[in-house]
Amino acid sequence: MNTVEGKVTNPGWQTEVKQTARAVRRRVLAHTLENNGGYLSQACSSAEILATLYVRVMKLGPSQGPKTPRPFLGVPGRSNPNSFTGAEYNGPKAPDLDRFIFSPVHYALVLYSVLIEVGRLGPDALDQFNRDGSTLELIGAEHSPGHEVTAGSLGQAISQAGGIALARKLRGDSGRVWVFMSDGEFQEGQTWEAFAATSYHGIDNLGVYVDANGQQCDGLMESVMNVEPLASRLESFGAAVYEVDGHDPLALAAPAGESHEGKPLVVLARTDPCRDLELLRRRAPKLHYVRFKSDEERRAYEDALAQMNQ
Amino acid sequence: MEFVKRAHAENLVRWAKDRPEVVVLSADLTSSCEADLFRDTYPRRFFSVGMAEQNMMSFAAGLAREGFFPYVHTFAVFICRRPFDQVAMSIAYPNLPVRLIGFLPGITTPGGATHQAIDDVALMRVIPNMTILECGDATDVQSVLDVAQAVDGPVYVRMLRGEVPRLFPRDEPMRLRRARVLSEGDDVAVLSSGICTEEVMRATQALGDRGISLRHLHISTLKPFDDPTVVEAIQAARLGVITMENHTIIGGLGSAVAELMAEAGLPKRLVRLGIKDQYAHGASRAYLMKKYGLDAAALVRAVEGLSGESLGLADEDLRAVELAPVESTSKPEDL
Repeated sequence: MNTVEGKVTNPGWQTEVKQTARAVRRRVLAHTLENNGGYLSQACSSAEILATLYVRVMKLGPSQGPKTPRPFLGVPGRSNPNSFTGAEYNGPKAPDLDRFIFSPVHYALVLYSVLIEVGRLGPDALDQFNRDGSTLELIGAEHSPGHEVTAGSLGQAISQAGGIALARKLRGDSGRVWVFMSDGEFQEGQTWEAFAATSYHGIDNLGVYVDANGQQCDGLMESVMNVEPLASRLESFGAAVYEVDGHDPLALAAPAGESHEGKPLVVLARTDPCRDLELLRRRAPKLHYVRFKSDEERRAYEDALAQMNQ
Repeated sequence: MEFVKRAHAENLVRWAKDRPEVVVLSADLTSSCEADLFRDTYPRRFFSVGMAEQNMMSFAAGLAREGFFPYVHTFAVFICRRPFDQVAMSIAYPNLPVRLIGFLPGITTPGGATHQAIDDVALMRVIPNMTILECGDATDVQSVLDVAQAVDGPVYVRMLRGEVPRLFPRDEPMRLRRARVLSEGDDVAVLSSGICTEEVMRATQALGDRGISLRHLHISTLKPFDDPTVVEAIQAARLGVITMENHTIIGGLGSAVAELMAEAGLPKRLVRLGIKDQYAHGASRAYLMKKYGLDAAALVRAVEGLSGESLGLADEDLRAVELAPVESTSKPEDL
């Protein structure tokens, strides 16, 4: 596995990442309280990864999407000229700009919150979350803000990103293709097919950030079906792999600046699914989706939110 | 009758010459799917992705999103069964122009149940946005790419390989949503697809000699299924309707016709010839067509069932029939 020496050049962006990540956790917790349910642990584990991608790593143009998201106008099809893509929130498509492919779309609430904190969505956008007729769906699809592909059947986005990256190589684009994945997706056979294919075809304009939080729906991944050691498995498939602290912006951003000619890049971000919310650890090992079981528990989380806001 | 060898292989190379946006993906069945000539002629537009069909389908979707036209080549079973979710979610949901070229439909392979796509039309029909085409002869094979390419969205093609008979004139290409009318008659309407069309053609004259006239339509667009000539043929049929397909009778052409008849309120008898809700096994095509009732003799028995008379036609009478390309009786201006 590769390591990168940290070089502190402009610490301002790191502060921005940390502030964004904290704001995302607050927003997701507040929303979970308001709706008595949410994908909370995903915000705890992935907030720095997504914030680092948007603030530092990805070269994106300004959002092309309206601050107040448009309602659902139908699915893509020959007879529907009105369907649109959530990728517009990641800026225009241009040869020199990067693209973002969001794979574990049950993290949608986290991504919408990141888009709000970085100014790509309006501050009230979550009012539409999981409302009938809205595109801010619980499990995002390609009309949902920040989403470019329909990835709810896990393990398909990495292959689609591979095809997009290959097409960009054929065209000679300089922009890269970034994918955000969860470690649970490495239980899907298709994920390994995709790494075999992208490394065989030398698709090196592809970079994958993995939220390695060790969690899945049934509980701890190592108790459901262990996929570790992920780093050496991915290296043996031909990827350039960096294993980093997934809550450290500098460590997260550094591999994106490293050369990985002829190989797809993987940043294996080791994360804590209860980061900045110790209270959540009481629910371990089942953290996938949080719904409060009692008023007492709910009040404890309200107190935690009040502390976060101080 | 003329047979054309490797009609698709040569046609694909000719057709793709001035279409640089056309790329071919293959999952270790390149020669078997007649994509080898394309690979050797345009190596930079050919991508070998190994025996990994799920990745291949989503990968093709990614290429299509960027403006390429991926022509995925593999056996029909490996398009419709293993990567069904990827075809549905990565390709069909976003209505991407991926062309899925499925070889060895139905019992055209001796490879047994694992290789025989007897359910592919049914599986593709239930996918929104999907268009389904099926080739019945060399002329269909040599013109299907133009039909597929003109579709805004994904297309599944039931393709033929190897030595393919020419049943239709070279200058009468396949048309989207248009059946070929191969014989006129008012006793029985016969709607056939793929390799079954040749079997119906073998029986048409012999049945005519016994006083039974067929209105025979060759169906090449299985979805959408809205050709008005199909309804007209059914309305005109005195004794009833027969469908004949190299596929299970559930979910394919026979089902599409049954749905159409029910919705249009056409009170006729319908006989669905095809594989009767069972798996086949590995054997020769002639043996399988006879065993599973996909040959000319099966059609004659079905006609006898509708007419209530024995026609006294032996298998040998049908096998001896020499076929020449049959011009469609449709007027060009009808198309």
